[in-house]
Amino acid sequence: MKRREFLKISTALGGAAVLPSALLSGCAEPPAPPGSGKVTMTPTICEMCFWKCAGFVHKEDGEPWKVVGNPEDLHSHGRLCTRGTGGLGAFLDPDRLKRPLLRVERNGEQTFHEASWDEALDYTAEHLKRIAGKHGPESLAVFSQCFGAQHFRHLARAYGSGSFAEPDYAQCRAAREVGFFLTYGETIGSQERTDMANSRCIVLIGTHIGENLHNEQVRTFTEAVGKGATIITVDPRFSVAASKSKYWLAIRPGTDLALLLAWMHVLVTEGLYDKDYVARYTLGFADLAKHVAGHTPEWAYLETGIEPETIRRTAREMAAQAPATLVHPGRHVAWYGDDTQRVRAVAILNALLGSWGRKGGLYIPEQVELPEYPLPAYPEPKTTWQDAHGGKYPFAYSGVTNELIGQSSGPDARYKAWLVYEANLPVSVPAVAEQIRQAAADLELCVVVDTMPMEVTGYADVVLPECTYVERHDPLRNDPQRRPSLALRVPAFEPQYDTRPGWWIARELGLRLGLEKWFPWKEYREVLGWQLEQVGSSMAEMERIGLKSFPRRNAEYLAPGEAYAFPTPSGKIELSSRQLEEEGFDPMPRYTPPEVAPASFYRLIYGRMPAHSFGRTTNNPQLFQVMPENCVWVNPLTAGDWKLANGAYVRLKNQDGVVSNRVRVRVTERIGPDAVFLVHGFGHRTPRMRLTDGVGASDNELITHIRIDPIMGATGMRSNFVTFVGDEA
Amino acid sequence: MTRYAMVVDTRLCIGCGDCVIACKTENKVPDGLNRDWVMEATHGRYPHLGTEFRSERCNHCAHATCVQSCPTGASHYWGETNIVQVAPELCTGCKACIAACPYNARLIRPEGYIDKCTFCVHRVEQGLEPACVSTCPTRCMHFGVLDDANSEVSRLLASRDSYCLLPETGNEPQVYYLR
Repeated sequence: MKRREFLKISTALGGAAVLPSALLSGCAEPPAPPGSGKVTMTPTICEMCFWKCAGFVHKEDGEPWKVVGNPEDLHSHGRLCTRGTGGLGAFLDPDRLKRPLLRVERNGEQTFHEASWDEALDYTAEHLKRIAGKHGPESLAVFSQCFGAQHFRHLARAYGSGSFAEPDYAQCRAAREVGFFLTYGETIGSQERTDMANSRCIVLIGTHIGENLHNEQVRTFTEAVGKGATIITVDPRFSVAASKSKYWLAIRPGTDLALLLAWMHVLVTEGLYDKDYVARYTLGFADLAKHVAGHTPEWAYLETGIEPETIRRTAREMAAQAPATLVHPGRHVAWYGDDTQRVRAVAILNALLGSWGRKGGLYIPEQVELPEYPLPAYPEPKTTWQDAHGGKYPFAYSGVTNELIGQSSGPDARYKAWLVYEANLPVSVPAVAEQIRQAAADLELCVVVDTMPMEVTGYADVVLPECTYVERHDPLRNDPQRRPSLALRVPAFEPQYDTRPGWWIARELGLRLGLEKWFPWKEYREVLGWQLEQVGSSMAEMERIGLKSFPRRNAEYLAPGEAYAFPTPSGKIELSSRQLEEEGFDPMPRYTPPEVAPASFYRLIYGRMPAHSFGRTTNNPQLFQVMPENCVWVNPLTAGDWKLANGAYVRLKNQDGVVSNRVRVRVTERIGPDAVFLVHGFGHRTPRMRLTDGVGASDNELITHIRIDPIMGATGMRSNFVTFVGDEA
Repeated sequence: MTRYAMVVDTRLCIGCGDCVIACKTENKVPDGLNRDWVMEATHGRYPHLGTEFRSERCNHCAHATCVQSCPTGASHYWGETNIVQVAPELCTGCKACIAACPYNARLIRPEGYIDKCTFCVHRVEQGLEPACVSTCPTRCMHFGVLDDANSEVSRLLASRDSYCLLPETGNEPQVYYLR
């Protein structure tokens, strides 16, 4: 490279003459290429969302470098998503909780005092003991989310509480699990049992894979797209998946069940359903045929706005590819208060197509038969979350957050103490802002364990700062999936600041509460090591490989004509549900039209974006750079009516007069003129999360009207409407 | 010249930005700067729409105007290839390359020198793919040698309709997008 040599000589002169303010002779010491130092790898399980991909934390010369997926892991196939790749941002976030905090009163004002661990744990244990003596241990409610919650549920069970609630239940996927359980006797589960990589036709109803960056879901969906599968997407918004679809059905919001019934009508009346499968495995087909007889595509057109011919054509495409047709069960399904029934319709449609237990439909997952570490039985709690439901929601399998929160205030409150683990209730549970404030005033103890100063910490008496996932051990991951596997999280770093792992915090509280027989170990790795030895592995092996696969015991699909007993009361797929009927509900999914928007209001649709996991990651300094704020998506026609400029700030006001933070307008054709779209998780109001505080608008604040599913308690959140008000801030 | 190329399948790209974070962490790119980015292009009127997502970066042009414009030789080709590199020790931060780049692919480091996508040559040297390619959860990105007719990138370009950005510049960009 002669020319380069020549120019090198002229560098100093040219540079100095032309640009005196710039570098005179280049960078004195060019940085070494990444990875040229001493690189070490530590196995981890990602905690950036609930998907829990296995990976390796890479350090270079002892400094944090990157996190990369474990190629052996079926959750990720070695490729972490945006959030997982940015996982070290959680570790590096300067706004992390750093020390235990105790609420104290100084000069008549309440404030947090930085406490030692002994001080904070003694205080917590003392009050928990007092509350157990005065009100009984069942007066403790546990709100949790995330993988590490297991340590604290264990503590609470040993203490004698039976009240547990997760936003993941009523606010997210529980209606799906109940709907499928009532139909097939089994749930979908996290790591959805969808066999999309082998699907020839995929139907997505309001589920936006793509914006939802659930790793294996995205991988298998895009694999199907690449192989030319027919994608049918039902969504009022032109989602990422819609842009990959052969058919995008821009449905009128709230009318999905009408479409599902019409699809069934076409399959039944045209004889396109899997007759052998239906005869062999299902119960109630005659009732179903009768139920859908009147639900013609012409009827559905008036509800959904989707042309009858499109409904027929898409139903025929589904049937043509069956059983390799998947009508996706979705994930966040708490929409309209009839969610279990709508999901039942999805479940029934899959049964008509014969896709459950079939290649390209829904496979049969397995997990490792992993013994529990031997511990004494928990005390039997006198009351549980079921009592908090007071006879409502007969098919609930866990506590409904809203109910437990609502019973935490007033003199007769069922709950006198809260233990909150990584569940930021004010941002993740809708229509409870006032109840949370009231509960916070009345509770005798509110303990929050978190890594970040989320809004909920502001209501705490004690804040116990946990270290992030790359600084701790946690339980073994043993998710049901295509190939059973165990994954281990190993600390790559010492706990930073004055933080501690969850297992340590739970054990220290346990010892102070006299519950030592449930914590007979000193280090959590003793539990992990014992469990691993039962399945022929060891800590030494797992600390090296991070993930170990095990052979399947049974086939992942039903064999042709296999005699298979479904774990329902009848042993069949229950198209018509006797269980629902006995509890006074419709045995068949029945359609009710949605509420109509008030004049000048637009239906509030919310959802995900791939760079963030709800409100948990918006302050992550790496992910913040990819998506610092949310925007409100507005159709150009609506924007014209309101004279909204792209990028300008507005505020949203809902039907109950609640006004949002200011939020930028994104004028886009990707949303219709009757709705607006907001990404969930923004609009934080917590000054100690400095990047994200006050940035963007919170959908949760605008969701003041919820419709609760009477079958199992899901909080339907899609019946809220907003209009625009000026940004006077 | 051995031509290395990147091929991005826009049918599969979901615009998740994982490539951006993977690049930033792999290459320790300072806060607020990035060497790659994602474009979203929507056309049509509701409800008759198309949206395309594209992961974009330096096009590692075979006729790179940035290399030609650099007065110090800091911007140069890596060996006998089209992979454009910046030698920080030679860069004076004069920004001639920024003016010459049709793709706005260059950035100014806080230290004052110019930075850009390197196609992760430190990984390519080890037989690995660039960090963005190896991380992409949809597998929409591919990397390889275009002069090898059997390489994955050559086979993809031979079998699928593709385009480059701003081919009219004559720069011969080497990042291709499959339609």
